[in-house]
Amino acid sequence: MIRDFVTSREAILVAALIALILLVESRFSGFAAPGNLASVFNDTAILIILALGQTLVILTRCIDLSLASNLALTGMVTAMINAAMPGVPVVVLIALAIALGLLMGAFNGLLVWKLDIPPIVVTLGTLTIFRGLIFLVSGGEWVNSHEMGAAYKALPRFEILSLPVLSWIAIAVIAGFAVLVNRSALGRAFYAVGGNPHAAVYTGIDVGKTRFAAFTIAGGLAGLCGYLWVSRYAVAYVDVAGGFELDVVAACVIGGISIAGGLGTVTGAVLGALFLGTIKNALPVAGISPFWQLAISGAAIIVAVAFNARSNRKQGRIILKSAEHAT
Amino acid sequence: MTLTRRLAIGLGLAASLMGTTAVAQDKMRIALVAKSLGNGFFEAAARGAEEAAEELGGTEIIYTGPTSTTAEGQIEVINSLIAQRVDAIAVSANDPDALVPALQKAMQRGITVISWDSGVAPEGREMHLAPSSDALIGQTIIKLAADHLPDGGKVAVLSATSTSTNQNTWIAEMEKVMGEYPDIEVVATVYGDDLADKSYREAQGLMQSYPDLDAIIAPTSVGIVAAAQAVQDEGKVGEVNVTGLGLPSEMAGAIESGASKSFAIWNPVDLGYTTAMIAHALATDEAAAEPGAEIDTGRMGSVTLDETNSAAMSEPFTYDESNIDEFKSIF
Repeated sequence: MIRDFVTSREAILVAALIALILLVESRFSGFAAPGNLASVFNDTAILIILALGQTLVILTRCIDLSLASNLALTGMVTAMINAAMPGVPVVVLIALAIALGLLMGAFNGLLVWKLDIPPIVVTLGTLTIFRGLIFLVSGGEWVNSHEMGAAYKALPRFEILSLPVLSWIAIAVIAGFAVLVNRSALGRAFYAVGGNPHAAVYTGIDVGKTRFAAFTIAGGLAGLCGYLWVSRYAVAYVDVAGGFELDVVAACVIGGISIAGGLGTVTGAVLGALFLGTIKNALPVAGISPFWQLAISGAAIIVAVAFNARSNRKQGRIILKSAEHAT
Repeated sequence: MTLTRRLAIGLGLAASLMGTTAVAQDKMRIALVAKSLGNGFFEAAARGAEEAAEELGGTEIIYTGPTSTTAEGQIEVINSLIAQRVDAIAVSANDPDALVPALQKAMQRGITVISWDSGVAPEGREMHLAPSSDALIGQTIIKLAADHLPDGGKVAVLSATSTSTNQNTWIAEMEKVMGEYPDIEVVATVYGDDLADKSYREAQGLMQSYPDLDAIIAPTSVGIVAAAQAVQDEGKVGEVNVTGLGLPSEMAGAIESGASKSFAIWNPVDLGYTTAMIAHALATDEAAAEPGAEIDTGRMGSVTLDETNSAAMSEPFTYDESNIDEFKSIF
């Protein structure tokens, strides 16, 4: 059991994460201080939540590229409502953000389920549709921090036990996912559908419906993140979180979620997101030329994926034992 | 009162009356064409132009433009202005090339044509008025930081992407004048890629790497807002001043919280005023649009045309708590 853990993907990631933190600490002392690590975690919270949503989708052999656009649209809508009607309580706005996100996720899911369109095509389409909708609802205008209510901006920053609410939300989502994926029938169905869709059908799992569920959950989380993002950075504009969908996929891949589906863990996704988040937070303070930063981020992803490919490589199965020795 | 004196006054009055009627008949009409109507920036520019018209006297400003920012809409507007026989057209172009034929037609009819804010290709206008120049912007951004650091200090630059030409030019221009600020040290230049989250993180990184940082200069509207938010969240309001280039509507919150003491961007009122002044000077042949010409622009001083007949109005206008409320609803 211990040996299993030591050679597991998660153990390697934990080791890489610790090595990375120590490496940055050697260049910039104070990085590994608990307070700073907490702020790195807080900064990565949104990426963690989205990566978990994406994990479900990837587990079912699909991919959702529209998560960042979904986030940006819900963020813009909540910000505009907040600016126009400051009386609406923040809780209502959060509920609305989640509902709107669920709706967009369900739209993706329906297209994949009922029309059987490849998910990459569906979500590439909705990626641009959702972005376009932001322009339509906002007219290209920004919603600025002074137009947002104090409560709207304060919630993710409010500290409970010296951790901001944003971090607590991420922790709650991680806990929820651990239960959902490992302890529920639906959670196991995600693995079954991704691992072998045909076999899944024979066990009585509706493949399309399971995928629909994955897209919907991921969409709802993206909606939640929409509110969190806009209130954290206190600005909403058309290009919010532009390109972030790729970060989310990268976090999953680094975390060992197999793009081919059926393989991956909640811990892996969280660690993958943390790894990427640590790099993002380390580069500005590590004193590395900005011209190198992009290359370093990219290299880290490729190294992680290379590890992944090696550890996930299946041994060829020997069908005829006797034939092996015959030649 | 003697008879001769009365007579003199009467004559004088008559003369002045005749004078005014003469002016009213050929009142100078300057058309200020906006990219689109209903945009606060251009409304403010129109107010500036009206101010210039009042100062010049005998001048009427026709503020117009299409309802959406399209070149076709502007061409229609220009054609109708040609039909109305205005004396001058000053246009902020939606497309530098598409307007050229219509504007050339106007010039052939003897109408003075200039572009302002957003330029037209040289063959389609007599001169172009840019709100500012790279050198002036570079000088302004460091001055903004230096003004609040009388004893010197450490400043860092938060730019957009490492490849964005205009930001790099402004930073290079800023470095040229660093000799004037011996006590101020630029400790780092970082790039937020014009993304709110990356700019925020870079600003946080700057504050961690340089705990005694005094100011962050962000010559980009996304960066300056993100940096101000990061300073606020780190509880460093008052220690780190965020400045640079931003829009009043977007920066109002940062000024209010104190994260930013001041920032700059062109002033649309001044821009409209200067445009009207130049259009008037060219239309009355008081000045000629040729390289090297200096055109008087009233309270804004004067502008000098370069080899492409372009001129820069002034250094960007500084916004702070004293005027932010007035401008935040404008643009």
